[in-house]
Amino acid sequence: MTLTRTACPYCGVGCGVLAGADGTIKGDPEHPANFGRLCSKGSALGETIDMQGRLLAPQVDGKNASWDDALDLVAEKFSAAVREHGPDSVAFYVSGQLLTEDYYVANKLIKGYIGTANIDTNSRLCMASSVVGHKRAFGSDTVPGTYSDLEDADLIVLVGSNLAWCHPVLHQRIAAAKADRQNMKIVNVDPRKTATSALADHHLRIVPDGDIALFNGLLTHLADAGELDQSYLDQHVNGAEAAIDKARESDPTQSGLSQQELDMFYALWAGTKKVVTVYSQGVNQSECGSDKVNSILNCHLATGRIGKPGCGPFSVTGQPNAMGGREVGGLANMLANHLDIENPDHRAHVQEFWQSPTICTEAGLKAVDLYQACASGKIKALWVMSTNPAVSMPDAEGVAAAIANVPFVVVSDIMEHTDTGDLAHVLLPAAGWGEKNGTVTNSERRISRQRAFLPAPGQARPDWEIICDVATRMGWADGFDFESPEAVFAEYVSLSCAGRDFGRDLDLSLFADADYAKLIPRQWPDNDIRFFANGKFFHADGKAKMLPITAPEPIAHDRFTLNTGRNRDQWHTMSRTGKAPRLGAHLAEPYAEIHPEDAMDLKVEHGDLVALKNKFGNAVLRVLVTDRTAKGQIFAPMHWTRQLTRGGLVNALTAPVTDPFSGQPALKMSKVSAERLDAAWYGFAASNAPIKQGGDYSAVARSLTGWQAEFAGREVPEDWTVWAQDHLGVEGCTASEITDANNGTTRIAFYNGDAIAALLFVSREPVSLARNTVISLIETQTSPLKALAGRSAADQPDPGATVCACFNVGVNTLRDAILNGAGSVDALGEDTCAGTNCGSCKPELASLLEQFSLPMAAE
Amino acid sequence: MREKLIIIGAGMASGRALESLLEQGGDFDVTLFNAEPRGNYDRIMLSPVLAGDKAYDDIIIHTSDWYAKNGVTCRFGEKVVAIDRATKTVTAENGDVLSYDKLLFGTGSNPFIIPLPGHDLEGVIAYRDLEDTTRMMNLGPAHKAVVIGGGLLGLEAAAGMATRGVDVTVVHIMGHLMERQLDEAAGALLRDALIDKGITVKCAANSKEILGANGAVKALSLDDGTELPCDLLVMAVGIRPNVQLAKDAGLSVDKGILVDDQMRTSDADILAVGECVEHRGAIFGLVAPLYEQAKVVAKTLLGQDAQFIQKELSTKLKVTGCDLFSAGDFASSETREDIVFRDPANSTYRRLVLEGGTLVGAVMYGDTSDSSWFFNLIRDKTDVRDMRESLIFGSAYQGGTPSDPSLAVVAFPHDAGRHRHNGMFPRLTNLEEQRSAA
Repeated sequence: MTLTRTACPYCGVGCGVLAGADGTIKGDPEHPANFGRLCSKGSALGETIDMQGRLLAPQVDGKNASWDDALDLVAEKFSAAVREHGPDSVAFYVSGQLLTEDYYVANKLIKGYIGTANIDTNSRLCMASSVVGHKRAFGSDTVPGTYSDLEDADLIVLVGSNLAWCHPVLHQRIAAAKADRQNMKIVNVDPRKTATSALADHHLRIVPDGDIALFNGLLTHLADAGELDQSYLDQHVNGAEAAIDKARESDPTQSGLSQQELDMFYALWAGTKKVVTVYSQGVNQSECGSDKVNSILNCHLATGRIGKPGCGPFSVTGQPNAMGGREVGGLANMLANHLDIENPDHRAHVQEFWQSPTICTEAGLKAVDLYQACASGKIKALWVMSTNPAVSMPDAEGVAAAIANVPFVVVSDIMEHTDTGDLAHVLLPAAGWGEKNGTVTNSERRISRQRAFLPAPGQARPDWEIICDVATRMGWADGFDFESPEAVFAEYVSLSCAGRDFGRDLDLSLFADADYAKLIPRQWPDNDIRFFANGKFFHADGKAKMLPITAPEPIAHDRFTLNTGRNRDQWHTMSRTGKAPRLGAHLAEPYAEIHPEDAMDLKVEHGDLVALKNKFGNAVLRVLVTDRTAKGQIFAPMHWTRQLTRGGLVNALTAPVTDPFSGQPALKMSKVSAERLDAAWYGFAASNAPIKQGGDYSAVARSLTGWQAEFAGREVPEDWTVWAQDHLGVEGCTASEITDANNGTTRIAFYNGDAIAALLFVSREPVSLARNTVISLIETQTSPLKALAGRSAADQPDPGATVCACFNVGVNTLRDAILNGAGSVDALGEDTCAGTNCGSCKPELASLLEQFSLPMAAE
Repeated sequence: MREKLIIIGAGMASGRALESLLEQGGDFDVTLFNAEPRGNYDRIMLSPVLAGDKAYDDIIIHTSDWYAKNGVTCRFGEKVVAIDRATKTVTAENGDVLSYDKLLFGTGSNPFIIPLPGHDLEGVIAYRDLEDTTRMMNLGPAHKAVVIGGGLLGLEAAAGMATRGVDVTVVHIMGHLMERQLDEAAGALLRDALIDKGITVKCAANSKEILGANGAVKALSLDDGTELPCDLLVMAVGIRPNVQLAKDAGLSVDKGILVDDQMRTSDADILAVGECVEHRGAIFGLVAPLYEQAKVVAKTLLGQDAQFIQKELSTKLKVTGCDLFSAGDFASSETREDIVFRDPANSTYRRLVLEGGTLVGAVMYGDTSDSSWFFNLIRDKTDVRDMRESLIFGSAYQGGTPSDPSLAVVAFPHDAGRHRHNGMFPRLTNLEEQRSAA
């Protein structure tokens, strides 16, 4: 099998992947991000390239259309909106899954041709606060370090980062380094105990948004203990004094940590020269996310622990190309190539470079504002590319309604049905991972090629081409006559070279002559370059800036704080990972982690369902009682969509509250009330066919034999066989059924010929089953009674054909007894009771002894 | 001087009693009367004989050699016509008068003949003995037969004849077949199985009249006007204990000959065993309790202590190739709860009837594995509440790891064996996984 060198489409680690058209997937041993490693999600990529559910042709109002008709319509509607309501009446909402080339042309079209900065991206939900923090401190959105710093550090502080699940390969690299260097310490700062906490020497369980109190306390401690790097501060940093003064006003114990924990952490930090602080969504997705970032950067600047091997703040991004998107400027508050909208010189330069008819003059609508503008009717035409805001945005139900309110909605996606696509007037089939060419930038500024190893299916086309075609139809053929992604990349690189003249960090000049086809993963400005070691920052005076940061007042929520996050084996809204059976086996259902004491108050146990509610919406989730989550807090993963669950849409509950500087929503802190869901029935189903949502709660996942689903409802359907025909895809199958009407139990096995097509288990209580066993029975010819038992009889193994009728002793039981040393009929009787009543089976026992003892005699 | 024992009837029950007596060294001068002109044979096996799977010789239990060797005086083909308890004598059909010290009734039962008009026509038979069997065997292909009675015997008669190419119709007065052993659903499966064998089955059918020509049966007419032409009409609608002789002798008789726990009739020197007996209000048709009675009656004759205790009964049968089983009381009622397994595709069915936390009845059709386990649960009145979810799957699914509702949660790793109620909250195995990966 020919393997193609490409990059993983999931998190921001940006691992190299060797991929084959037959679904072969291997880690690329030569890629400097992963050196051959892959996580569970990456390893299962081969299971996600199937055609199930793919969008293969353009659709207009739900009907297949030609590309010409669809693109004409898109161009016409966008042009009309601009003509009638002005450029600010249209918007693009794009994605960190787009490749840099896609991003570049989208940004160019809307900012230089349509003339609005109304382009925002799901990266807004991911790292916008880091961008603000970087820009405020460094004068540019610069990630200073490289991944090797994680291996060189003596102390790694993981703040708001479940690296083990969300950036598993970096986690593996750290774990490997820690195994080699016993003196390496890891501190995990998180309100929640996670898989990552297991690797840490210390887990500091702060209260939600307690980060600033913690890091202001650290800055104060560093100042008081004489641990500041005064010469670095003097030469390269402004604002240290004001920042330290402000930090002193914070009460570190408002972090929720004990004095003892604080003392330990501060002493460890102060006493370790090589410190890397890794932070992620726990920091960014907050009302004070930008300030959190700066409170961390303050500590690194104050000690000069930045830009040196094993030192520095490190924002790890959630998406494969969040960094590339930032670089091309595909955000509402950026221009292009790390240049600023607010700067007239930058604007003039970019417009001139593009030779474009116009250039936006002010920042556009950031994600949350964008959908509010959709709701208010201000947006007349919206184009969503490669992302699923109807699921991923806070107040997801409100966002879905807002999208539905837009007169013309275009969605480019690889899947026919997504929660957002279902709201679109026009669906455009995009080429997916493995079917398109381009570049991505990972969290350490490394640009890697994504390469096609599969043909684009049906009429699917790469996003950059689709965008260019629309631009052409809007009358701007000249600016978009790219022949290949390579041509787009070349223009992007040459624009960036101009950025050097403005003294920006983004310098791609080394890529100008690179062979695009053979491009080797490479960091900008060059491999192994760290920023700021030389003290050169990107503010006008060349210095960094420490910011005075005020810790927020501790927030007292009435009942529960809802924290949201990610699962190990799922990614974003599961439109890709949800296809992989083996990924479905791990945490295949949306759930709520609830502290044991809260569970007791709520009268819920493992396996029950809990209904969460606030003014934005409702969600029903499976209860997972655990002290991993703190009292008063509920954690829920955010992956499940309306396609996969009824009730489990977690962002229905998250508030559209944002950081005032970054516009990033505070997805990790919503206020909810909780109560037990009193379901009249619970169900589990496995099927070889897709399963439909049903009841008041359901969650559908892929299984190794097809699909699996959990159900619950308040009202019991009249006829389960009819219900199953509606939901499990079992039409024409024969049904074998067990009912215990008084107990509320129904179990049905559906057979297609001799093979099991589906199994349904219904109970008044949460269904008790060996689910793996049940799933493994699909497509087998197991008898109904065995299949409907819902577990193997392994506890009391299959006795086999009866030999001793009196005591119902089977041949397998006897064989086992013989192999365990029963050497005579009497011994067999003692061991198994066989033959000790009527004795009529004794001859058979003797022949079994002969049969099964032979190998032992031969030894 | 040896005691004289006269046995009336050489059926399976008295035969087993005789065996027990001899095995335990009973020294009696035995005279054995039998109305049929032969000794003890396995009546249960008449159906395989009818079906052609066995010959009569295969089903003989006691041969003439056996009787001779054990010194039993056989008077086969001879009836006893009178008993004089005062003189302790019996009178044989031929006028012989024999005296006894002990007398054992094993007169069995008579098939019930519905007194329909025409019931005495030639070609109207019961299904009781080898003669009846032979009659059916001799009917031959291309003939028509009607069987009245959809119980075990009737269906075996029908199936046996059908195997021999006879065009058979079963007429059953009840709504479903074998209503004493099967509930309606199982009865329907059995009906389908019979139809598959080419047998016509009419349930809820009332026979009105047997029509004849020249003194021989010609057809059965039903009260809905249907006429079912036939060359042979077999009535298999039940049996009645054969009590006439006992009654004439002045013994206490109700449905059967009344016996005490030692199997003694109202006359202490006269005992009874088998289908002719009524014990504590019950009469018997299955072989297991009859053999139990036989053991007791032998001990009583030997002057030993023994007691016949009625046990919970189960029926495990093979009807025309279909396994079926029933035990206990499976009638529905408001205090009873059913667990039902329906598997029409494989023609299997199970129904368990629960009352107050115990299993009180069970019906199984098509697959009778675990029937003895269910039977024991019924007999022992075992509390089955804790195994209710898994009960119907049988013994292999009991015990071991208790059924654990926390496995309800897919969100927890599958098959992880967590428990909801033990106060321990689980750690995610993934933490462990991560550690081991680290």
